[in-house]
Amino acid sequence: MANKSVWSDNRFWARSAAWISGFASVLLIWLTFDTSVQISMGTDSDLKNGVTKRVPAPTVINYKITYEMSAKRGHEVPIIGGNDGKGMSLFQEKEKFFGKDDWSEKEAAEMLHLGKLASQTKNCMNCHTLLGNGAYYAPDLTKAWLDPAWSSTGALQPMTGKTTKEEAMAEFLQHPSKYPTHARMMPNLGITEKEARGLVAFLKHMSSIDTNGFPRNFGKMQGAVNGK
Amino acid sequence: MASKLLDNPFTGVGSESRQLATWYFTFAAILFGAQLLFGLVIAIQYVSPGFLFEIIDFSVARMLHINALVVWMVFAMFGSVYWLLPDETGIETVGIKIGKLLYWVFVVAIVIVVLVYLFIQVGPADEMSIWFIHEGREYIEAPRWADLGIVVVALGFVANLFMTGIKGKQTGIITVLMANMIAFAGLYLAGMFFTDNISVDQYWWWWVIHLWVEATWEVFVGALAAYGLIQMIGASRKVVEMWLWIEVAMLFGSGILGLGHHYFWIGTPEYWWEIGALFSALEPLPLVAMFIHVMYDWGKQQGKKSLDGTGESVVNNQPAFLWFWMNAFGNFLGAGVWGFFHTLPQVNLYTHGTQFTSAHGHLSFFGAYATILIGMMYLAIQGKNKIKVMKNTKSSLWALGLTVGGVVGMTIALTISGYVQVLVSRAQMGATWSGYFDGQASVWFAQGMDWRLIMGVVTFAGFIFLIKDFLTTGQNPVHQK
Repeated sequence: MANKSVWSDNRFWARSAAWISGFASVLLIWLTFDTSVQISMGTDSDLKNGVTKRVPAPTVINYKITYEMSAKRGHEVPIIGGNDGKGMSLFQEKEKFFGKDDWSEKEAAEMLHLGKLASQTKNCMNCHTLLGNGAYYAPDLTKAWLDPAWSSTGALQPMTGKTTKEEAMAEFLQHPSKYPTHARMMPNLGITEKEARGLVAFLKHMSSIDTNGFPRNFGKMQGAVNGK
Repeated sequence: MASKLLDNPFTGVGSESRQLATWYFTFAAILFGAQLLFGLVIAIQYVSPGFLFEIIDFSVARMLHINALVVWMVFAMFGSVYWLLPDETGIETVGIKIGKLLYWVFVVAIVIVVLVYLFIQVGPADEMSIWFIHEGREYIEAPRWADLGIVVVALGFVANLFMTGIKGKQTGIITVLMANMIAFAGLYLAGMFFTDNISVDQYWWWWVIHLWVEATWEVFVGALAAYGLIQMIGASRKVVEMWLWIEVAMLFGSGILGLGHHYFWIGTPEYWWEIGALFSALEPLPLVAMFIHVMYDWGKQQGKKSLDGTGESVVNNQPAFLWFWMNAFGNFLGAGVWGFFHTLPQVNLYTHGTQFTSAHGHLSFFGAYATILIGMMYLAIQGKNKIKVMKNTKSSLWALGLTVGGVVGMTIALTISGYVQVLVSRAQMGATWSGYFDGQASVWFAQGMDWRLIMGVVTFAGFIFLIKDFLTTGQNPVHQK
């Protein structure tokens, strides 16, 4: 078999397949360790000490959140507690959430936990997208908290008769078919007041996640980028 | 070639493994029908939102649409393995009694899950709902009790495959399947936990979804194509298995790190832009290779056969071969081309989470998986009815024409709607609530949705022909027995 080429040898290709798959898997696992550290949830002291995390602590709900252009990164980034002028978070400016000033670490975590559970049990993802993933029957929720429609001058907040964004969102979630805006309506999912508050906390928290500029130009038509 | 099929003592009802395969195929076909029916419900809701509002809402019907899709394919994949095991290993499947028991466990579990989806739909925000209603995570919504059941069934299936592969003849195809199916079953575990951190949640969720459909399922298809070419056109095992190993290298080489294209915008670091773009851009290459491989082997075998001057076709199962051929092309077009369209982060920033994704989803799941699994069902019908040369029938051709035409039509309609959504909602309006509805209200978007519904009906008509053919073709005198 002097003329047998390695290129037509099944054992050569079987070994190549094993090595390539193994190498790709090892690389993926290695990257997973790095990514897992980077996307682990921050702590309240991170926020207090001005440490920027890709996924901030649940107590981020105590802060003002905006979505602004970062000249350094070339896309919008979440700004927590005010802008330092260079497109970085100051972690200073706070705001009331459901009429309360500072939700404790435990309270905020409990609210987020309930909200995340509700987001799954109410099946949000099979109409909406979260971080762009899900179904396309209803608006993306990634930065819904920052949507100009929920501001005091937007279309949705006055409709609910509430005076704050969070209360308007919670009211809508509990009685969606009371506030029809389009022929395509959100159905009543039996969301309780407590669950609705949890969901709003979940949405506010999600809006603070650094999504590398997704969605692009969020709210630019209504000028939502530079303010609540 | 066909005689080899008949000489095999395990062919037809003589083999319990093959009998079990036909059970799996039957339930798969039923779920395929359910998938299409619930797809029609949500297609109607896009056009007429009041349809079944607060009875079977979009979220419920859509969950059933995509879950039926995943589960019918898993059933047909298990069926395919039970079908080919006796051929490949030369022995009856080891532990087949347990395999049959697990089949019924699986079927009962699926029926309960579907009934709960339909009649309970949503629960309060607590762990009980996650355990007993659904987990609310796209594609793997099954409640946790069913997750555990699926793990048990999958482990039983993998055990059957391993014990048979080790005891019998271990061909290249069997070796690939053994390695692949253990990864397939193991990956499911990555989708079984709850976390408050949505970025971590989606990170692992993609391990299941992506590493299934863009890695292990693709390798599975490669193994089926290899088996099918040996069975249907008498391709040389050595050549086919060499191709298979090359495909495994290319599919896993690109697909495993191609996972990165889901990590552009979910909170994960920027380096996934480069990794995801590079490796997912390579993902179409093995799909091109698979297409060339099928065409090449067909041409080679037919050329050899033509030397005898009879002008006969080398193909011993026309409908199955047509579906396998559709798979080779549809995989390349749906998964490869339509996937590549929006896989670069520069494009995906705007297309992520639009009907563009849905267009790709429809053509790729159909092109890459539905086609070849339907082809496997035809191989099973041939074997079960001891048909030497199986011919196309009117129904088989109508089934193929209508389903392929319908799915391609839906894909084009969704692509156009997706373009409108990308430009209006995303680029122009910046993805807000009002931007979203401006896009949805566009006449071109709405026309796309109308055409999607029409093409969905066409697809369903094709399915009716397919079922009719499945039920009648075995006794059709047109085939050579």
